[in-house]
Amino acid sequence: MTLDWMAWTWPTALFFIAIAVILITMTVLEVRCPTVARVGVLGLKTTRGDRLFISLLGSAFIHLAWLGLVGSLLWVATLICLVYAACVFRWV
Amino acid sequence: MEKPLNNKAWFLVLPVFVLVAFSALLPLMTVVNYAFQDTFGNNQFFWAGTDWFEKLLHSDRFGEALIRQVLFSGLILAIEVPLGIAVALCMPRKGLWVPVCLVLMALPLLIPWNVVGTIWQIFGRVDIGLLGHVLYSLGIDYNYTQDPLSAWITVVVMDVWHWTSLVALLCYAGLQSIPDAFYQAARIDGASRWSVFRHIQLPKMDRVLLIAVLLRFMDSFMIYTEPFVVTGGGPGNSTTFLSIDLVKLAIGQFDLGPAAAMSLIYFLIILLMSWVFYTVMTKQDEQDQNRKTGGGE
Repeated sequence: MTLDWMAWTWPTALFFIAIAVILITMTVLEVRCPTVARVGVLGLKTTRGDRLFISLLGSAFIHLAWLGLVGSLLWVATLICLVYAACVFRWV
Repeated sequence: MEKPLNNKAWFLVLPVFVLVAFSALLPLMTVVNYAFQDTFGNNQFFWAGTDWFEKLLHSDRFGEALIRQVLFSGLILAIEVPLGIAVALCMPRKGLWVPVCLVLMALPLLIPWNVVGTIWQIFGRVDIGLLGHVLYSLGIDYNYTQDPLSAWITVVVMDVWHWTSLVALLCYAGLQSIPDAFYQAARIDGASRWSVFRHIQLPKMDRVLLIAVLLRFMDSFMIYTEPFVVTGGGPGNSTTFLSIDLVKLAIGQFDLGPAAAMSLIYFLIILLMSWVFYTVMTKQDEQDQNRKTGGGE
């Protein structure tokens, strides 16, 4: 079975590999050191997985906003997302 | 006592994983791949980077379709939720009329989307449709094929007709779960009808209402068949919602790259809204549990 119909490219493949690695890491972390839900600055009770979800979803919108408002230098948006994710994991 | 841990249970989940992988994950991955490329068919693709996203985010066509979609969903929620509650409140709680009402309320839900569209497409026609003809005879300028306002009214009323019963049935289930003791206590206290609704019925319905709002939001946000059958997205583009525009882009124009980019943005919006609803629902649960724990101490 070939996967030509899926039109794979290296950048998109790397993106999915990164997501898979993050999910596997989170699973291993969860088994080794189970998460304890906490209430952060948003007043929401979040686990480690919730914070990852908020980070990923927020990052997608940050990238879209960057593309819509600025356009070029997308890596700056990625840096902003990393800072955003760090803040989410620390305070949310 | 510790619960026994049986990892064999994972094998029971395996079929679902495989099913989800084939029905959701692989298509989603393909859409992501398409969103960054251009194709002229023949399975040949050319790297386009983030061009489609940039063009889409600056496109008036996408912006207008998104505004129409948000407006439609907002209108649907604003009409169907209060109307569903009102209908549920009017339904009998006991007796012979209960099954009759339930069957009548369930009927619109059983009709397929394309049939609903066809019914309203004919019903609203000025030449042969009952609604269109009567309105025309009354001197009302109604023609959904030419007038955007008429088209909007038709599409919104059609959705209200089709889906208000779902909200009503969910609210009715919530109302039925209220013990009679609550109403007796309210009667003893001399509570008004409004007080009973505000302090007994509405709080008891909040969970089902959240589910109803979530279902109706998601359904109305991805509506396609009914408006497509009735108006085809017209007159002009006045009822071209996101899904209709997406199909036009992907199948009508065969612009698979832009269509894939649009699908992803569409998906992200729905994901965000679903997360907001989920968060509100779980927060409500926590508050209820905290209240119970606080009361029990």
